Amino acid sequence: MATSYTRIMKDGLWDNNGVFAMLLGMCPTMAMTTSATNGFGMGLATLVVMAASNFLVAAFRNYITTEVRIPVYILIVAAMVTLVDLTMNAWMHELYKVLGLFIPLIVSNCLPLARLEAFAAKEPVLPSFMDGLFMGIGFTLALTVIGACREIVGSGTLFWDAHLLLGPAFQFLETRILPPDTGILVAILPPGGFLATGLLLVVKRMLDLKAGKQIVMAGAHAV
Amino acid sequence: MSSSNKPSWVHAAVLGIFCLGFGAMLALTNELTSDEIKARRIEDKQNSLAQVIPAAIHDNNPVTDVVTLVNDEGKDITVYRATMGGKVSGVAYEITGSGYAGEIKLMIGVAADGQVLGVRAIAHKETPGLGDKINVEKTDWITRFTGLSLGNPPVDKWKVKKDGGVFDQFSGATITPRGVVLAIRKGLEFFDAHKAQMLEIR
Repeated sequence: MATSYTRIMKDGLWDNNGVFAMLLGMCPTMAMTTSATNGFGMGLATLVVMAASNFLVAAFRNYITTEVRIPVYILIVAAMVTLVDLTMNAWMHELYKVLGLFIPLIVSNCLPLARLEAFAAKEPVLPSFMDGLFMGIGFTLALTVIGACREIVGSGTLFWDAHLLLGPAFQFLETRILPPDTGILVAILPPGGFLATGLLLVVKRMLDLKAGKQIVMAGAHAV
Repeated sequence: MSSSNKPSWVHAAVLGIFCLGFGAMLALTNELTSDEIKARRIEDKQNSLAQVIPAAIHDNNPVTDVVTLVNDEGKDITVYRATMGGKVSGVAYEITGSGYAGEIKLMIGVAADGQVLGVRAIAHKETPGLGDKINVEKTDWITRFTGLSLGNPPVDKWKVKKDGGVFDQFSGATITPRGVVLAIRKGLEFFDAHKAQMLEIR
């Protein structure tokens, strides 16, 4: 199959977005988007694991037999997660204190596994790596947007605590949008995750319809 | 992907080799990072202790000066001791309260005379926006306890206002502050009961 990097990019970011088109990885999407910063952090950690495991599976794709491919994929994802977890704990400890909570959760995310099966198992190394990268960026964007919506409605702030994740230089991102104690609490509780994701899904589909695109539940590529 | 119809030992070998390879990689990473992670953990402990034991009252490293005591519930409590010129000037230990959503873990620092040096919430699952006001980053509620002791206010006033005590609850959240106040009171009683062991220099 000829590889189109434009296609891979568009798929990851919009057309076949992990959250808003494939509806995969709902566990971290619901649990970790109580603020834009949290969503961004979770997305970032997932991005690293996806790019690395896509790369590895593509590199070994000719040796992995069909019958045992799923255990091998899970092994690779879990190994990557543990690797990232240990490395960050040792050498990026400040970041780890914020993201540490999210990293083990990546194993329970079926989006990396889906991309291994649908893409990396059939494609060469570089396109697979790019697919992991852009799927990861798309996932990060989706989680940040959901997190931002929930945070604004629920806490009245945007990118609060961003300096804990990105360093003091990013403190300017932290904005108070509504006066304190006016937030609608349900938005940052679990039901708010479903509400925000559902409403944003509607927005995305309306934009797609307006652009004359067909709504198709996607496979390896969006149609 | 390789085609099927291979004898099953091939699949077993493939899976085995991958497990071996990635297992070795993880073992190596663990080996490379374990010392570093241990050092980071001690630093973290130091930082959380520094919040409840002022630097001015000790010349030792409280993280390494520990005694282990058993509380009324039979749980081991690690007591970190701050010493100044060979005398114990304060101690810090973890206390737990029951909140709205499970345990609330707190670190309390107590001076040798029984006054609270400081309390900080370490870990809890309270509702964001309501119960998490016990975090010092959100509100200064928890600093209210600094300088208090079992007699000040009297023991029967160590409650939230709603229960006839002196401490504010949060609007919309009473269970969390109630749990925290009770935990601190029990923590001070623990200090009273084990004062001799905590302050003894061996």
